[in-house]
Amino acid sequence: MNDIITIKNLRIEGRPPGGEYVSIVKDVSLNVRKGEVLALIGESGSGKSTISLAAMGFARPGCRIAGGEVWLNGRNIMALSPRERHALRGEEVSYVAQSAAASFNPALRIGKQVIEAPLWHGVGDAAALTATTVELYRKLDLPNPETVGQKFPHQVSGGQLQRLMAAMAMSCGPDLLILDEPTTALDVTTQIEVLKAFKDIIRDQGTAAIYVTHDLAVVAQVADRILVLKNGEMVEEGPTDQILHNPQHEYTRTLMAAVRPAPHLVDHVDASAAQAPVVSVRNVTAGYGTLTILSDVSVDVPAASVVGVIGESGCGKSTLARVVAGLTPLRTGEIMLDGQVAAPNLNDRPRAALKDCQIVFQMADTALNPRQRISDILGRPLEFYQGLKGSARADRIGDLLELVDLPRNFASRYPGELSGGQKQRINLARALAADPKVILCDEVTSALDTVVAAGVIELLKSLKDKLGVAYMFISHDLSTVASFADEVVVLYAGRVVEQGPSRAVFSPPFHPYTKLLLSSVPEMRQGWLEGVADTREAKAASTGSVVIGAKGCPFSNRCALAISGTCETTAPPIRELPGELQIACHLPVEQLPLT
Amino acid sequence: MLRIISTRLAQGLLTLLLASIIIFAATEILPGDVAEAILGQSRTEEALAALREEMGLNRPAIVRYFDWLGGMVQGDLGTSLATKRPVADMIESRMWNTLRLALLAAAISVPLSVALGLWSAMRAGGRVDKTLAMTTLALIAVPEFFIGLILMKVFAVELRWFSATANTRPYFDFSENFRALALPVATLSFAVLAHMMRMTRSSVINIFTSPYMEMAALKGLPKRRLVVRHALPNALSPILTVIALNLSYMVSGVIIVETIFGVPGLTRLLVDGVTLRDIPLIQACAMIFGAVYILLNLLADILSIMANPRLRYPK
Amino acid sequence: MSETSDTVVPRASVFAGLRLTWTAMIAGSILLFWLVLALFGPWIAPHGEAEIISGQTFAPLGEGGLLGTDKLGRDVLSRLIYGVRTTLLLALVTTVVSFAFGVTLGFAAAILKGWFDIVVSRIVEAFMAFPSTLLALVIIGAFGTSITVLVLTVGLVLSTSVFRVSRALGYDIGVMDFVEAARARGEGTWWILTREILPNCMAPLIAEFGLRFTFSILFLSGLSFLGLGVQEPAADWGLMVQENVGGLFLGSSAALIPAACIASLTVSMNLLVDWFQQRQQGETVLEKIDQ
Repeated sequence: MNDIITIKNLRIEGRPPGGEYVSIVKDVSLNVRKGEVLALIGESGSGKSTISLAAMGFARPGCRIAGGEVWLNGRNIMALSPRERHALRGEEVSYVAQSAAASFNPALRIGKQVIEAPLWHGVGDAAALTATTVELYRKLDLPNPETVGQKFPHQVSGGQLQRLMAAMAMSCGPDLLILDEPTTALDVTTQIEVLKAFKDIIRDQGTAAIYVTHDLAVVAQVADRILVLKNGEMVEEGPTDQILHNPQHEYTRTLMAAVRPAPHLVDHVDASAAQAPVVSVRNVTAGYGTLTILSDVSVDVPAASVVGVIGESGCGKSTLARVVAGLTPLRTGEIMLDGQVAAPNLNDRPRAALKDCQIVFQMADTALNPRQRISDILGRPLEFYQGLKGSARADRIGDLLELVDLPRNFASRYPGELSGGQKQRINLARALAADPKVILCDEVTSALDTVVAAGVIELLKSLKDKLGVAYMFISHDLSTVASFADEVVVLYAGRVVEQGPSRAVFSPPFHPYTKLLLSSVPEMRQGWLEGVADTREAKAASTGSVVIGAKGCPFSNRCALAISGTCETTAPPIRELPGELQIACHLPVEQLPLT
Repeated sequence: MLRIISTRLAQGLLTLLLASIIIFAATEILPGDVAEAILGQSRTEEALAALREEMGLNRPAIVRYFDWLGGMVQGDLGTSLATKRPVADMIESRMWNTLRLALLAAAISVPLSVALGLWSAMRAGGRVDKTLAMTTLALIAVPEFFIGLILMKVFAVELRWFSATANTRPYFDFSENFRALALPVATLSFAVLAHMMRMTRSSVINIFTSPYMEMAALKGLPKRRLVVRHALPNALSPILTVIALNLSYMVSGVIIVETIFGVPGLTRLLVDGVTLRDIPLIQACAMIFGAVYILLNLLADILSIMANPRLRYPK
Repeated sequence: MSETSDTVVPRASVFAGLRLTWTAMIAGSILLFWLVLALFGPWIAPHGEAEIISGQTFAPLGEGGLLGTDKLGRDVLSRLIYGVRTTLLLALVTTVVSFAFGVTLGFAAAILKGWFDIVVSRIVEAFMAFPSTLLALVIIGAFGTSITVLVLTVGLVLSTSVFRVSRALGYDIGVMDFVEAARARGEGTWWILTREILPNCMAPLIAEFGLRFTFSILFLSGLSFLGLGVQEPAADWGLMVQENVGGLFLGSSAALIPAACIASLTVSMNLLVDWFQQRQQGETVLEKIDQ
């Protein structure tokens, strides 16, 4: 049999500090053949990461392998002595961690760390191994393969470090590769290069691989088979195509639906001419100290509408929310709330203005004071803005909880007793307590599990219909924005590159960056990755990195259609296109990219 | 990196300056001044005024401060009120005694504590670790003079192995020196050893919880290699800070030890100076101690910076 | 990008989750014992604080008094009992003083930031540049050995550490999102400090109080030992150690007993603080290699 690894009836227990052991993985079995990639997918608490480590016979501090067999290359490694078991790590089985920070020791040079495992296991001598790894670097498309090993981890970019991680894992020619969410922390556009690199190297060496992820679209690109897990138990297993497009189990179906919500595209936003937009950002430039984050940004949020702000990390979307809220003062330009000019610093704004504009943060854990009860957290804005006290206050708290689909008796709880999704709902309820006209949602679902996040989005939609509140919805997740927003603003390096009604933005013609962004979102069909990575856009995009505060168009150093001589030096004009679409580009309208 | 180091140096000098101001200020806000102290009880107004004029005490404080500071920098540490000798002379003869104690104690306790700290970190949770943890906890909670007294009682009084006073003479041979210094050095070492060991241990364990340590372990590397090749380079910086911090504990501890064992050292001089209100002496001694402490911290800071690859090899 | 688990977690309050261990109980009883003695001392002590009960100085255990006599022929046991009050009271007052200074300045620095923070931090650093005993020496040397000077000096020395802890806490908590949310709401600085930040600092501040208290005892007794602390004829443990050192060579334990009492107090307090902080170090990755 050519199974590289077979796991039978695996049981793993975990113990919080000072607590008792509880079962976290129950009776899981799987197998992976030579050259095959098995994906383990599931939400948090599913045990996928723990199971993947068990393939090395390793349990993290606080956990222990309580039972089952792990057959690697024909041997049951659980029956070996700890020393023998430890000896095959880094040699027969290799691990690729979630982030580069988790893999590389900041105090040692990269090259030394990459050859460390094979050197220790006696695969070869230092000189020979260094030569092999340089070849690996070349195959992984790393710039300067001969010298990159001399550098320290902090001197190399994130995407490159991720590929170096792959090189480190492959340097000993392992039979099995364990990849633990290796692209989760990366931007969508960086993810492509890295995914392709992983896939190529796995095919090249004929390694078996276990790929752990919660991102189903990524799975479609790399996996041959999928195992769906929930709460440490197996839910469904099968070939990728079948799981993605014809799931049998109800949980799998919920998962698939949550990942790709149906797009809801809008042609035109009904803004009555009489009513001023709830939020109006006019030519705002803002930053911290000497660093400029936003340059000349103009956005309008009409009443009772949803404006989605999309962009990748560092594009300034969070700063935009903070500037609107008055947390970060702007340098030039102005913010208008409900037709009135708002003071740049929130301390100078009247309470009524503060009440109308509320902000909800990304991390539900840190957004709620752990030493305050829910009733205090929700009650304070009620007191502060509306002067509610006593029983009127208590009633309203109950109403707010119902509004966010939580039981009324949650009022007496502490945040520590709530789950992540519940905490985010409380966050929302706190914003609603002020009875605002607009809520600034700063990546409110990014830290949540997919299914939970979908629930929160549904809640947002229903609240909009019920209360007529407007949202500025900031996110890096394009499909969520496509399912929810009426208007979309695309930010790149602190500038607006495209904005308009959602259908217009998501349909051609595109700004070159929007096209790159859209094409980088992995589609749930196999073969997509090969197609997209070879395109001119992807290649051009990977040659440079984001430059903030550039003179001309900020995207010019990564754009495949850049007009040399013009794009780097002059700021692009704003082109008005049919469907109320605006694109900032030097290219004449006919030459803007279509699909 | 050079820029950061020079910033640190500048900050160190600034702190030194601030410290000198504090010392000067503290001794200046006396009810009564140097002239009164010199003339004592039998002072008359005219004599006071004349002496003040002669000593320049009527000049504004700022002027006197710079005068004093200038003198310090040039090596003139003032004249002792009690003995009328130049302070510099008095200090010179005593300084070596204190220095010797401190250096010996440091030479013993620093390597020992780092080694023990590393060892117990490697065996965290085990019996050795737990025993060491309890012992060091007891040692740091116990007043230094207690340790000194116990040692004295056991080894000097009962067993008579070592001497109870640390008076050494130039003609002492090695074993006599050893007998005289063993107890004070041991006392000083114990207290500092306990602190340093605990802090080393927790710094190293902190590093073990870093994610890249798990990655290194998953490469199949054995424990010793993990600790020496992966943890230690990252632990250098916190360990250096710990050592510097504790060398300062030592300066405090030296006072107690010199008192118990009758070591004729610098701190005794200072204590005597305080009792006699010998202001120039107090100022000079305090300045020296302060300077040593600040310099040690500066050294630790700079070594820390050099040990950090992020700062040594910027992007 | 971390994913929050969707499972429920038990709530954390300052004392929740602490299990009583043997060490904690023993340490607590010792502290309680001394506290009771401090409160009811005068009624329990067989003799007066400065009463000379025997012509025999440095009498060994059992002769003269239960624990012998000291250098002046006074009863060691009685002086020990009176000494608890002095020691505990002084330590408590100085710790409170240090917190008054340290917490106020520390939080002010963390909230106001800017030049205020820079200036205050530099000054505190300059004070910390001195080994504490030295600083106390200089100040007491200048101002004399009255109780007020003692309390203020030791309080000052302790407050540097309290300042650092408070400032760090203020910064750490101050950047949390819930503080931002309060600021975005338009809450005033005082409200934010007392209702948002402070409640989250209680646990570390309580631990710091315990540690400073211990250090205060050690420091005060060290100063008394050097003749700079509590003065004769008051009964203070540190002073008792210093006065009776001579007796060591005569076979008297009059110096060791108060020293041992100090040790018992400080060790217990340290154990208690350790228990409170419940730093349960779980396994480390090194141990997992062996499994």
